[in-house]
Amino acid sequence: MRADENDIIERRTGISGIGQSEIGRRLYRDPLQLTLEACLAAIDDAGLTIDDIDGVSTYPGSMAQPVGYTGAGAIDVIDALRIKAKYHNGALETSGQLGSIVNACLAVGAGLADHVLCFRSVWEGSAQGSAGRAAVMPGQGESSSVKASGFSEWSLPFSMPSAATWIAMYAQRHMHLYGTTEEQLAWVALNARRNAERNPNAIYRDPMTMDDYLAARMISSPLRLFDCDVPCDGATAVIVSRRERAADLPKPLLRIEAVGTAMAGRPSWDQFDDLSTMSTRDAGAHLWTRTDLTPSDVDIAQLYDGFSFLTLSWLEALGLCPVGESGAFVEGGERIALDGELPLNTSGGQLSGGRLHGYGFLHEAALQLWGEADGRQVTGDPQVAVVAAGGGNTCGCLLLVKE
Amino acid sequence: MTTDVPFRILPQLDDRNRHFWTSGAQGVLQILRCQQCGYYLHPPTPICPECRSTDLAAEAVSGEATVVTFSINHQQWMPGPEVPFVAAIVELVEDPSVRLRTNIVGCAPDDVHIDMAVTVVFEHHPDPDGDIYIPLFTPRSSSGGTEA
Repeated sequence: MRADENDIIERRTGISGIGQSEIGRRLYRDPLQLTLEACLAAIDDAGLTIDDIDGVSTYPGSMAQPVGYTGAGAIDVIDALRIKAKYHNGALETSGQLGSIVNACLAVGAGLADHVLCFRSVWEGSAQGSAGRAAVMPGQGESSSVKASGFSEWSLPFSMPSAATWIAMYAQRHMHLYGTTEEQLAWVALNARRNAERNPNAIYRDPMTMDDYLAARMISSPLRLFDCDVPCDGATAVIVSRRERAADLPKPLLRIEAVGTAMAGRPSWDQFDDLSTMSTRDAGAHLWTRTDLTPSDVDIAQLYDGFSFLTLSWLEALGLCPVGESGAFVEGGERIALDGELPLNTSGGQLSGGRLHGYGFLHEAALQLWGEADGRQVTGDPQVAVVAAGGGNTCGCLLLVKE
Repeated sequence: MTTDVPFRILPQLDDRNRHFWTSGAQGVLQILRCQQCGYYLHPPTPICPECRSTDLAAEAVSGEATVVTFSINHQQWMPGPEVPFVAAIVELVEDPSVRLRTNIVGCAPDDVHIDMAVTVVFEHHPDPDGDIYIPLFTPRSSSGGTEA
């Protein structure tokens, strides 16, 4: 059902500035310093000062575990920059990483704040260090006697601590139902790499072929090494501003035309009604109930690729291709290339660009809409971008329109 | 079949989940069921989502299930079963909407397929907080024992 026009308060808001810290595989820098670097860059990019910022929103907020998953909470940034916040939020239980953007939109739309600083900060690369992923997995040393409860009760006793395995099972189901192939899945990774070659901030920039992809070791079938994103260190920040307060700012506002936050199936990795899709399905459909635009209006797509299959899932969820046909849609890579009909994950995504956890896609969408994506700029002055992040029961999406 | 029991992170037992993780001692799988409307609740919750009754009891099910999807896990994430091993989601024959995350054991990983008929086997883990019987599944045709 179509939302009432007056209720679509995200449309009273938009992105006025963006910023990113140094990004690297393992920087061994203070995570709060990285976070502040991105925040200050975003405030400056918007043409604002710290005194203009009156709200802060982040995903997921402060968390001690897993180590490296978050570099700062909202209150860390508020205190470090002495922000006088009228609104703040940092929460894991929301509609994915972009839920923190949605929360900022709601705060601005409700009149709680005018300019909300939003950020996502990670240091998973350094946290894992030379020990690799095992360093942040349970079952070693003191943690070997820890018991599984809550969310982990249904995964750890079956020796599946990684989302790679959970998402692999969705990919397998999709392949079973629709005939999606491993070579089709590969194109999400190959497209990302080819775009990363043009992005100086990307982690992996060496050319990759289909043979390289297929020769890489299997992680959890059908997902191979290059179907999994690369942990890194880095922070991304964006400013969500009230439309009326953005008129005099240097950049054209990127209006948040609509958000998608719905979760209709059971919020579970195993009890969801259709294991070939996810809450992507619900969030994607929800977005189009809040705008007159349609999938054919989208100029560029930045769709989460924590694992390659998630991009396929979002393509279908957002109606950018029919359900079951995402494999064919990306096959060969022409349609999704920088000069294709739907340029996709133009910075290299997280697969090659680094696991900036959702916000990297939003940053790239803004760069493209503002014409600032040096070396990989999509031609034809793109006006409309869709950004989606998350998977499983943690999904959210945004539609951005340049004003 | 190997008799070596791999390291597992065991579930924290409480009054809500104890039946699920311990009923393997009797060689049966138990699922919480609404005594008013017959709905199976998994994971267990204190109120029936169908009829809102709190009259719930753990009931034995056949232990027979079907593989909905799976993945052959090659990455050694943590101490555990020897890789590759099969991670799977199975649905119970009593009610396909009840799904369990599990491992498929007792066959070559490459033999596992979607829609495969499987039956429960239990992996016994002695523990001071109460012995745990992890419900794993094995191809139905090759079932013969109740210990993985």
